Amino acid sequence: MREFLVLKFSYLAMLVFTAVASFWLEFAFKVHVLRRMKRVLLSLLPISLGFLIWDAYAIAQGHWYFDKKQVTGLNGPFNIPIEEIFFFLVIPLAVLMTLEGVTRLKPNWKNPKSR
Amino acid sequence: MIYSDIVIAILILSVIFDLFGLKNSLLTRPLFWSSYAIILPFQLLTNWWLTSRNIVMYDPDVISGLRIMSAPIEDLIFGFALILNIMGMWEYWGAKGVQKD
Repeated sequence: MREFLVLKFSYLAMLVFTAVASFWLEFAFKVHVLRRMKRVLLSLLPISLGFLIWDAYAIAQGHWYFDKKQVTGLNGPFNIPIEEIFFFLVIPLAVLMTLEGVTRLKPNWKNPKSR
Repeated sequence: MIYSDIVIAILILSVIFDLFGLKNSLLTRPLFWSSYAIILPFQLLTNWWLTSRNIVMYDPDVISGLRIMSAPIEDLIFGFALILNIMGMWEYWGAKGVQKD
């Protein structure tokens, strides 16, 4: 029974790993991504929504599917598992923190227009 | 359209958007490729986790069958397009003066 419960978080565990592996940059490198939430949302929402529409389509078509034993079973709209919705929040944040981390190390690589 | 077709179409659109839609293309800058080099091992690792444990499964008729570290090659391209677009938008808003620092 306990094993069964742990299994339910198999997908979520990967998202927690990604968050832990990248969010420390927010503090250690002072990348200030979370602090710039307006810019995060403007960047993330159009792209993540687009990918979620694709996700909904792919799930409806049966292109991919999830092991019921390894996801929480909580679904958002269009049968999209909440894990997938979190995926499109956590992964972009991790990506932006990496980008800003590299920018901190190499300031002259910055976008000439955003300097 | 199957997964392979959609992902190629999304990749082409993302590359065109980066090269011609945005003023400062990321694909031509070391900032992008250095960042992606750091992300790639994590992308392979997380894709491997989701696919090797069969957390996510695919209809064999919609993928090419080519796999890297257990994940369909399509997933790698999917992630690449997502990463490119997210970074592209971030840089776009930065250039527009939205929360530069």
